[in-house]
Amino acid sequence: MSFIPTTKKDTEQMLKIIGVKSIEDLFSDIPGEIRSTGDLDLPPGISEIEADGLLTRLSEKNRRLSVFAGGGAYRHYVPPVVDQLTNRSEFYTAYTPYQPEVSQGTLTAIFEFQTMLSRLTGTEVTNASMYDGATSLAEAALMSVRDNKKKRLVVSGGVNPRYREVLSTYGWANDLSLVTVPLSGGVTNPEDIASHLDDDTGAVIVQSPNYLGSIEDIQAVADILKGGKANLIVAVTEPLSMALLKSPGSLGADIVCGEAQAFGNPVGFGGPYLGFLSAKRRFMRKMPGRLVGKTADSEGREAYVLTLQTREQHIRRDRATSNICTNQGLCALRAQIYLALLGSRLRDLAVLNHNLSGVLKGALAKLGIEPPFDAPTFNEFVVRVKNAREVRDALAEKGYLFGIPLEDDYQELSDCLLVACTELNAPADIDALAAELKAILTS
Amino acid sequence: MNTPGVSGWEPPRWDIPESDDIPKKYLNDGIDLPDAGEVDVVRHYTKLSTMNFGVDSGMYPLGSCTMKYNPKIDEKTASLPGFASLHPDTPDALSQGALELLYELGGYLCRITGMDRFTLAPAAGAHGELSGVMVIRKYFEKLGEKRTTILIPDSAHGTNPASVTMCGFDVKEVPSSETGDVDVAALSAMMDESVAAMMLTSPNTLGLFDRNILTISKILKDHGALFYCDGANLNAVMGKAAVTDMGFDLMHINLHKTFSTPHGGGGPGSGPLGVTKRLEPFLPVPLVDRKGDTYFLDTDRPDSIGRVHAFYGNFLVCVKAYTYIRMLGGDGVRKVAEHAVLNANYLMHRLKEVYDLPIDRTCMHEFVLSDKGIGNHVTTNDIAKRILDYGYHAPTVYFPLLIAGAMMIEPTETESRATLDRFVEVMGEIRKQADDDPELVKTAPHTTPVGRVDAVTAARKPVLTHDDIE
Amino acid sequence: MSDIPKDLKYTEEHEWVRMEGSVGVCGITDYAQEMLTDIVYVELPEVDIEIGQGEQVAVVESVKAVSDVYAPLSGTIVEINEELEDSPEMVNDDPYGEGWIFKIEVENDDELEELMDAEEYAAFIESMEEDE
Repeated sequence: MSFIPTTKKDTEQMLKIIGVKSIEDLFSDIPGEIRSTGDLDLPPGISEIEADGLLTRLSEKNRRLSVFAGGGAYRHYVPPVVDQLTNRSEFYTAYTPYQPEVSQGTLTAIFEFQTMLSRLTGTEVTNASMYDGATSLAEAALMSVRDNKKKRLVVSGGVNPRYREVLSTYGWANDLSLVTVPLSGGVTNPEDIASHLDDDTGAVIVQSPNYLGSIEDIQAVADILKGGKANLIVAVTEPLSMALLKSPGSLGADIVCGEAQAFGNPVGFGGPYLGFLSAKRRFMRKMPGRLVGKTADSEGREAYVLTLQTREQHIRRDRATSNICTNQGLCALRAQIYLALLGSRLRDLAVLNHNLSGVLKGALAKLGIEPPFDAPTFNEFVVRVKNAREVRDALAEKGYLFGIPLEDDYQELSDCLLVACTELNAPADIDALAAELKAILTS
Repeated sequence: MNTPGVSGWEPPRWDIPESDDIPKKYLNDGIDLPDAGEVDVVRHYTKLSTMNFGVDSGMYPLGSCTMKYNPKIDEKTASLPGFASLHPDTPDALSQGALELLYELGGYLCRITGMDRFTLAPAAGAHGELSGVMVIRKYFEKLGEKRTTILIPDSAHGTNPASVTMCGFDVKEVPSSETGDVDVAALSAMMDESVAAMMLTSPNTLGLFDRNILTISKILKDHGALFYCDGANLNAVMGKAAVTDMGFDLMHINLHKTFSTPHGGGGPGSGPLGVTKRLEPFLPVPLVDRKGDTYFLDTDRPDSIGRVHAFYGNFLVCVKAYTYIRMLGGDGVRKVAEHAVLNANYLMHRLKEVYDLPIDRTCMHEFVLSDKGIGNHVTTNDIAKRILDYGYHAPTVYFPLLIAGAMMIEPTETESRATLDRFVEVMGEIRKQADDDPELVKTAPHTTPVGRVDAVTAARKPVLTHDDIE
Repeated sequence: MSDIPKDLKYTEEHEWVRMEGSVGVCGITDYAQEMLTDIVYVELPEVDIEIGQGEQVAVVESVKAVSDVYAPLSGTIVEINEELEDSPEMVNDDPYGEGWIFKIEVENDDELEELMDAEEYAAFIESMEEDE
């Protein structure tokens, strides 16, 4: 099936009007010696019914698990309203809103998204989204360098290890110097950060809640940077936390970035996700990515338009703030609809997540499984389990994704698992997990 | 719209204890998000959707974007729970279906282009380009050669030079000839051992196949430089020629262009990066691999440029592209290119009667017109806005930069002849209006939800959230 | 026909300079602002930096384009027109008066000789337009 609605007769007539004998003649600019002959070595085309069956079988080769893990990807309930509205083809088959007169739907929704994220992060400017949390952190770092020209960045060991890898890749490409400061007691120690600062430091990067789930004292880190030139970049990978905790911006962050997948987007084996980048207003012209602005049309009607486009690659080319072209448009729309639906009750959902994680902590404590440190957490935390990896694998066989092993990223936590709990882990599911875990531990 | 206390969400009725173990200093007093009931949220976004225009609304002849029809079966397969609910930290052994899909898709892209290995990790074309430039840098670092420059034609898409400078290289522009090919003499003169690579879109951004492609690739090869293909225009040549046969060493593909995944109002896309064998070691991690019948994520790649995405790329977008390629088959892939090129040449042939065609040559899947010769100060921008009144999206305008007043038209293969003929009629009508009733064109659009917007004030006094006081 | 005041000196990149003692007041010409159309932002240089003749010193932006501004003379930047931050349109409305962009303390008077006078600049623009 190829979705080509041209008949044989049409083809013949069109060729005649063009003035060539065959379709092959239209490819005459391709040198003869490299013209392909014969068909591509691909499986033969199939009908839609067969494709449906094939993909369904493939999807069923992935084990459906009861998930108690986060690590930068959080399973939350996505109300059907989100799917129904984003499936409207005027939204998802539309192009980038370069012609604002026929794109007010997309532009309005993105403007709303920019507003909501700015409020939650406690900042003044948010762009129309980045590829994911990791690349938004890399772009935040580059934006900081554009701002104060300093390429030395101090990074807390609590920042998601995958994000630090991506930051490192972008850092290598841009000659940045990255210094990692290990955690102590599961949190960033502001004094350790302070001891690593010097005149060449352009930014300090902290994640809260951090990868281990601990809530960081952002204010304390901001205080050490007061009066200096270094920017404070705070990364957030579970944005629901911002509905309960004080916003990073209000605590002194200059730039807030991270992952907004938790708002209305499925975990989808890692993508498409929704990076966000927010900052104080002074970063506005240095921001990468698209920005939607409010204006009026020729009749004075309220209208939205892509603005400050001269920052972007299609105009500034080699001097652009970034090469980014696509945003994660539809994912941002999903997030915005989700936020519109929940409204202020997003905080109640956050409280629910926190309370459920308390129930899980309690159930695990009964089995002698406890956190190795006592930092405050939101909906994700670390527990020490003897033979962590084996226990996790055994539980997977039984249908539970119980946490993420930490041994590869945090040597001192080699016998620990990073577990998470959301509103999709009902009390009954927690009981079932505990029962299964008990059985495995006693065997 | 704000109805405090009424929202579209309700908590489940579970009786669980409160956990108030977070120190008060960390907690906020509340959040400032507007409330609305479900019905009002639905009406708001439904209304917004009616102010939008998608491929399902009408033809989108946007040159270089390949706005082909998005098959609905793709939407179904990408939302299968076995894919959508799969957590990325699920052990490899339990995500074999997803890994198999990524592996197979990579293989299909290899066979379509001639490349030896693809990574699906880059989340967009520009991301693929950046990763590609990083691979180029790592390659020369490993060889111990200091190369500082990347050559880019003056017709290139803005992401090309932007990606180059994001990776520490300098950009040098190569001019194009009057007939739209790269100026080979100029290229030769610029070529030396400081040049790491040349980036070229093929077919080029004018919709033309560069007739000197083999000469260009030889010049680069003779100087030990690499040849990068911006694969945005792959829709024109797949199944007709292998990209590697044109002399390219690496390329990116835009799944949201060539392989039918929807544009989503600006994303998400997917920009897989493909390389020939000698560049394989430098690809980003992780790479999906197979051992016997088992698929796994390979992170043990010491020469890799590193990670470029937190996980494995835009997986659900890859599901859509995979579905599409399986339905097309090898035969279908070739037909797509043939009909894309047929449709473009047909339109070009008929429209050149009415509009200036700066380069009169057989085109590939797109072609460029200009506003030269149109009087009354009617510009390409005016014409684009007037096209909106007729239920079409405007073509790409003012790109590539080397044609003044450019209008780049790419119909794609999924438009019927009747649609194309109607488009020709409309373009003819507008051309006549430019002569007989220029004000109508200069103040267009008239029938869209809003008229021309004031982009000047939006840039002078940016209002970027509802809380901006301007 | 664009405005070309007789008492100024001009560059091929469409900058103008008016000497006030040893300080050169600089901006872009009427011809340049016409080509750019509505200017939305001016990226000003920092005060006290030293700049060479012909070096890029500022950037002028319209909605869809970016244009570099080059220093007509070498010297040190002594003043920048901060009014342009809130009212970039002054460059369109009064390119030679309120739309001035920066002032440069000049070391080398000889460089002034290299620039075009009003007549030469007018002829230069004419020849450019013929070439199109």
